[in-house]
Amino acid sequence: MPEIRNFTLNFGPQHPAAHGVLRLVLEMDGEVIERADPHIGLLHRGTEKLAESKPFNQSIGYMDRLDYVSMMCNEHGYVLAIEKLLGVEAPIRAQYIRVMFDEITRILNHLLWLGAHGLDIGAMTVFLYAFREREDLMDLYEAVSGTRMHATYYRPGGVYRDLPDRMPQYEASKWHSKKDVDRKNEDRQGSMLDFIEAFTERFPGCVDEYETLLTDNRIWKQRTVGIGVVSPERAMQLGFSGAMLRGSGIEWDLRKKQPYEVYDRMRFDIPVGTTGDCYDRYLVRIEELRQSNRIIKQCVHWLRNNPGPVMLDDAKLAPPRREEMKADMEALIHHFKLFTEGYCVPAGEAYAAIEHPKGEFGVYLVSDGANKPYRLKVRAPGFAHLSAMDEMARGHMLADVVAVIGTQDIVFGEIDR
Amino acid sequence: MAHALIEKYKGHLLATALTAGVLGLLVLWLGYQYRDFITGNVLLYTLLKIIAILVPLLLAVAYLTYAERKIIGYMQVRIGPNRVGPRGWLQPIADAMKLLFKEIIFPTNANRFLFVVAPMLSIAPALAAWAVFPFTDTLVLANIDASLLYILALTSVGVYGVIIAGWASNSKYAFLGAMRSAAQIVSYEIAMGFALVGVLIAGGSLNLVEIVEAQQGSFLHWFWLPLFPLFLVYFISGVAETNRAPFDVAEGESEIVAGFHVEYSGMAFAVFFLAEYANMILIAALAALMFLGGWLSPFEGTWFEAWFAWVPAIFWMLAKTALMLLFFLWFRATFPRYRYDQIMRLGWKVFIPITIVWLVVEAAAVMAGIGPWFV
Repeated sequence: MPEIRNFTLNFGPQHPAAHGVLRLVLEMDGEVIERADPHIGLLHRGTEKLAESKPFNQSIGYMDRLDYVSMMCNEHGYVLAIEKLLGVEAPIRAQYIRVMFDEITRILNHLLWLGAHGLDIGAMTVFLYAFREREDLMDLYEAVSGTRMHATYYRPGGVYRDLPDRMPQYEASKWHSKKDVDRKNEDRQGSMLDFIEAFTERFPGCVDEYETLLTDNRIWKQRTVGIGVVSPERAMQLGFSGAMLRGSGIEWDLRKKQPYEVYDRMRFDIPVGTTGDCYDRYLVRIEELRQSNRIIKQCVHWLRNNPGPVMLDDAKLAPPRREEMKADMEALIHHFKLFTEGYCVPAGEAYAAIEHPKGEFGVYLVSDGANKPYRLKVRAPGFAHLSAMDEMARGHMLADVVAVIGTQDIVFGEIDR
Repeated sequence: MAHALIEKYKGHLLATALTAGVLGLLVLWLGYQYRDFITGNVLLYTLLKIIAILVPLLLAVAYLTYAERKIIGYMQVRIGPNRVGPRGWLQPIADAMKLLFKEIIFPTNANRFLFVVAPMLSIAPALAAWAVFPFTDTLVLANIDASLLYILALTSVGVYGVIIAGWASNSKYAFLGAMRSAAQIVSYEIAMGFALVGVLIAGGSLNLVEIVEAQQGSFLHWFWLPLFPLFLVYFISGVAETNRAPFDVAEGESEIVAGFHVEYSGMAFAVFFLAEYANMILIAALAALMFLGGWLSPFEGTWFEAWFAWVPAIFWMLAKTALMLLFFLWFRATFPRYRYDQIMRLGWKVFIPITIVWLVVEAAAVMAGIGPWFV
């Protein structure tokens, strides 16, 4: 009689549900998972090390590429840490813009999560619905920074530019008729803020649409209720944050607990789950979509009525205007110094954390007084979540591993860095 | 670029099309000239009839994939294929050409013989099942008495192709897919079998033509009404049998990549694909036949009957099949995927009890002679 052994399944790194380059080594007893061993490092790009050899500002772009579905939030953490060391604060309008774009980014991230999670569990349609709305938000990124993903929009001392007065519009082409394009451009007639406001009016209805597909769907519930349960105590021990922690019923949100920027002026609620399973985390994130929408609305209202500078008036930090450079020698020198040498940051260390869509995204910065960081450490929320993979998947079936990967909202850019 | 190419080869294309047309007309003319010889020669005549069923079937399969992509596309606020040919009509042809010319890769240590045999085992029953299928009361290749039994038997054989493919691939993903598929098809075969028992009690025959004729009257006489639970169970089991969403655990895109056919490429893959879609059409057509009155007009016995009398019977048959196929696509766009054990639970603990209960109810109705169905 041969000995009965478990078998090992190599799940990824090339796998439709691996969310990038996750390599899971699964020890399985038939369909049941005995042990799940996540392997990391396939997307390691040495971001932290690279940052040590560049002036502070030149690493902002690397931050976009950490968690590449919530770009501006990563920048925010980094920029906050630099500002903390410099002892400066962005102008109030810039803070509102940052909060607004943080929330836009949260919606971007949660929409991608929703689509990918649905797709993992086999609900294909919600993915495409989510991408319809993501398209509009990507256009906002593009309008404000010039690129659709890796914006490099936040700068120490403010943001790169004020919001544009005119929202870019679609143009008719061989594939898009005039009628189609006119319909798409309906909301884009006014300024960017008008477009965002139109979006916030429309978006709750879109969330309802996603919910009709999933929330009360029996199959969706069978696939998520009771899967990957994490108790509140365990969630804290594992270092969870964000929706993973709130799904387990712990009301912890840095936007409320350690308000940064102007979050203390915003009215919003923190949704929490009760059982800590995939379904609760799903509901928490869906509610976060609605709450983010609420915050954006408040920001739009404030930004409309309060024009002002979006960057500190400090020639050592902010580049001079082009016009000044043409005539003013000093402006030219400042520009040259800023884009070659950068600026020096007082020696010391700082930790800045923000409520990233995935959890607590922290940047720990050590400066020795030079124009480059001495050491940069990124605290990626996904790393702590991924390390709980074994615990969450053990005893479940192969199909549930996919649900657990989805619910953790893993992006390898930030985990491997 | 494409336009320049088309301009350049316009002459060639026209010449090819013209030659094909002339050759086709020649064949038709020859067939007409020698019609007595052909109809007299049983073997040749049967062969021609088989071709007359299979060619439209394969075309239907090709365009079902196109319809699927288009319909699901519109359900998902996108357009679907629209580049190859006008409105993308040539997309299935382009797909077939691509797959035909692709290399079939044999995985290391795969059992080459079984690896090749598996797709054939998959497609053969999927096509053979159509032998007894009545498109109308006269349009049937072999009108045998136990046609329902024959179809049930052949659709069950198809699972061997899946199991052997999974085994021969020497891949863990394929192996898991094959095991899932085996368990799933065995479970749903039972529920489906019971549902069919209900039909044969109501129709009083195993012959499909007679089953349809037993539904004559009006659309209220069709079996969907008295056998409604069985209709649902049959159709959902059919979706499960063909490994379609939400029961596509054997393929399980996001779990086991592509399941049993993960190692297949080129034409070998295409054959699995053909078999899956041919089975889908078969299940949909059988549902139309057994529960929706087959080729009977839905206006039978109503005031509109005379208005629609000119519509050929086969139109109703195809329309009902298309309707059922639409449900296949709709399911796929709507539902998340079941987990493997949940499918088993649904099959054994829900469907089989439902069918058994309804069989008892039906048998009682037949004994009591409740009209107009069980007279």
